[in-house]
Amino acid sequence: MVVTNIVQAVTMGLRQELARDKNVVVMGEDVGLNGGVFRATDGLQKEFGADRVVDTPLAELSIVGCAIGMAVNGLRPVAEIQFSGFMYSTFDQLLSHAGRIRMRSRGRFTCPIVVRTPYGGGIRALELHCESGEAIFAHTPGLKMVVPSNPYDTKGLLAAAIRDPDPVIFYEPMRIYRAIKQDIPEKDYIVPLGKANVIQEGDDLTLISWGAMVKTCQEAVEKLNNKYSVELVDLRTINPYDAEAIADSVKKTGRCVIVHEAIRTGGFAAELIASINEKVLLSLEAPVIRITAPDVPFPLAKLENYFLPDATRILKGIERVMSY
Amino acid sequence: MPKRVLKEFKVEYLQILDENGNCDEALMPKLSNDEIRKIYEMLVLIRVFDQKAFNMQRQGRLGTYIQFKGQEACQVGSAFALDDDDFIFPMYRNSGLLIARKQPIVQVLQYWNGDERGSVSPKNVNNFPISIPVGTQTVHAAGAAFAAKLRNTKQVSVVYFGDGATSKGDFHEAMNFAGVFNAPAVFICENNQYAISVPRSKQTHSDTIAQKAIAYGIEGIQIDGMDIFAVIKAVKDAVDKGRSGKGPTLIECYTYRLADHSTSDDASRYRPKEEIELWAKKDPIDRLEKFMQNKKLLDDAYKQKVLVQSQEIIEKAVTEFEKIQPPDPKDIFKYVFAEMTQQQKEEMEELFGK
Repeated sequence: MVVTNIVQAVTMGLRQELARDKNVVVMGEDVGLNGGVFRATDGLQKEFGADRVVDTPLAELSIVGCAIGMAVNGLRPVAEIQFSGFMYSTFDQLLSHAGRIRMRSRGRFTCPIVVRTPYGGGIRALELHCESGEAIFAHTPGLKMVVPSNPYDTKGLLAAAIRDPDPVIFYEPMRIYRAIKQDIPEKDYIVPLGKANVIQEGDDLTLISWGAMVKTCQEAVEKLNNKYSVELVDLRTINPYDAEAIADSVKKTGRCVIVHEAIRTGGFAAELIASINEKVLLSLEAPVIRITAPDVPFPLAKLENYFLPDATRILKGIERVMSY
Repeated sequence: MPKRVLKEFKVEYLQILDENGNCDEALMPKLSNDEIRKIYEMLVLIRVFDQKAFNMQRQGRLGTYIQFKGQEACQVGSAFALDDDDFIFPMYRNSGLLIARKQPIVQVLQYWNGDERGSVSPKNVNNFPISIPVGTQTVHAAGAAFAAKLRNTKQVSVVYFGDGATSKGDFHEAMNFAGVFNAPAVFICENNQYAISVPRSKQTHSDTIAQKAIAYGIEGIQIDGMDIFAVIKAVKDAVDKGRSGKGPTLIECYTYRLADHSTSDDASRYRPKEEIELWAKKDPIDRLEKFMQNKKLLDDAYKQKVLVQSQEIIEKAVTEFEKIQPPDPKDIFKYVFAEMTQQQKEEMEELFGK
C-alpha cells in the first residue's frame, strides 16, 4: 500500500499499464519531458522512452484523431487533453469516428483509445479551464464516460479504461487532484467500468454524485450530523451508468438528491431521474431534486463560487426532499 | 542589414504519359506487359461499375451514389503501388479505389444501398471505411502511420481526399503530425478542381496544393492525375520512401470530375460544357489505350473483350447484390461496443421484444 493522491494515482495507473502492455502509448502536449502540466505523467518518459510517452504538437484535434488511427493500427493510445475545455475541437473526431468505427466496420476495426482530461472548476483557473461536459460525451453513442472521485478508483478505473476495447473519455477531477490522500495498493487491480460505488449506506435518502462533487457531498453529509441516514452513491461511470444500483438504492430510501457540477438543463441528473421514474417511481416519497450549476457559461474566478454547488446548497436540497 | 534568402522552394510536376499517348520512357515505372493489361482492365472495370451504379441509382435500385469518372487513374494507380496490409483511408469518391483494393463489388454496392456490411474490409486487407465528413480521415492516416513506425510493421498509410479538404484544419494538422514524427503516410489529394460547385481557386490562394507540404517540412509533388503511369510512379516512390523510414509525402493528383458531384447534383449549374469537353480529351483510359495500341498491347478485339468481360463481372455482382437479405435489425446494437450495455439491452428488447 502507498499513500497517494489522485494525480499520483493517475501516474501509477499509467505506469502499471505501460509496463503491462507494450501497445499502450501515452501521448499529448507536455506529457513527456515535462511530465504533464499537473505532473500526471511525471517520470514516465524517462522510464518507458519517448516512443511510449510521446510529446505531440499542440493540436487537440490531431492528438485525438491520430490516436484513433494508432488504435486502428494496433496500439492502445492514452491521449491527454490538457484541460477539458480544450476538448471541443476533438469532438468531430470522437463523434464522427471514434464512437462509430466498430459499428462501421462490423468489428473489423476497433478504437480502444482513452482520452484523459482534467475537468471542473473551483481552482480559480482561466476561462475554458473549468467546464464539466460529461453529459455531452455521455450523449454520444459509442463512447464511454468515466469520472473517478478518489485515488483508489482513479487507478483502478484508469486501468479498466485502458484495457477496455472501446473509446473511453476519462475525466479527472482537477479540483481534488491533490485534496484527497488514500492508501492504495501498488499491485495491479482494476475497478470495473459501469459500476457505481455505495460509499455510505443509509435508509432515509439517496445522494448521488460523481467526481469532485462527491467530496462536497461528503462535507454536506458530515454537516447533517446524522440528522438523516443518507446513502451516498458515487456513480463513477457516467456511460454506461449503473441504473440497477441507483434503482436499488432509491427503492430502499424513497428519496433522492442528485448533485453535479455541470449546468442543469440536459445535464446527466436529468437522465438519472428519468431512469428512476421508469424503474422505481412508485417507491418515491418525494420528487427527485437536482443540485447543479445554473444554465450559464462558467464564470471567471471572482464569481465561480456562486456557480459551483456547495455543501450548503446540497443541505438545502436534502431538507427540501425530506420535507415531503 | 539587407534581407537574406533563408530558404527557397520548388514544386515539381510529373507527367509520364500525355493525352496523346506519348510516353517519357526514362520516367516510366517498371511494368510488365501483363501488368499494364491488368491495370487497363481494372480501369475499364471501375468505369463500367461507375456508370452502372449511376444507372441503378436513377432506376431506384441504389441509394445516393458518388461518381468518380475521370479520376480512375488516381485510384487504380495508387492501389497498384500498395500492399494489401498497407492502410487506406478513403473518401466517399473512392469506390473505384476500393474495388482495385479487393473490396468485393457486391459490398461496394451494399454500402451505397445503406447496408453497413459493405464496409467490412476483406481479411488481410486494410481498407478503412470511407469517410463521409470531408478531410477528417487525414489524421487517422497520420496516426496509423505513426503506429506502423512504432510497431515496426513496415506498413504505409495512404489517405485520399479532395481539393476541398485541403481547406480544413484536419488536413494541416495531419501533415504536421506526420511530418513531426516522420511517419510513413502518403497524402493523396485528388484535386478534381471542384468541391461540389466551388472551384479550386476559391479553396486556396496558393498556386498548387502540392506546395502546402513545404510548410510542414515534407515533400509535395503535383502530378498529372489522369496519367496512370505518373500516379504509379509517384505513389510507388512515396510508399518506398515511407517504408524505408524517410517520412511522409503529399501527392496532388491534378485531375477532373467528369461527372456530377453526386447523384443529387447538377454540375451544369456551375461548370461550362466546354470545360468538361476540354478535360474529357485528357481521359485516363483513352490515353492508356493510345499508348497500348502503339506498343501493340491492345487491338479492337481485346478492347471489346475487356469491355464485355467487365460488364459481365458487374452484372454478376449486381445479381448477387440484389439477392442479399437485409441485415439483422439487431445489428444496430451488436457492434457499438464489444459488449452491449444494460441500457442497450433494454432498448433492444423494447424495439424487438424478448
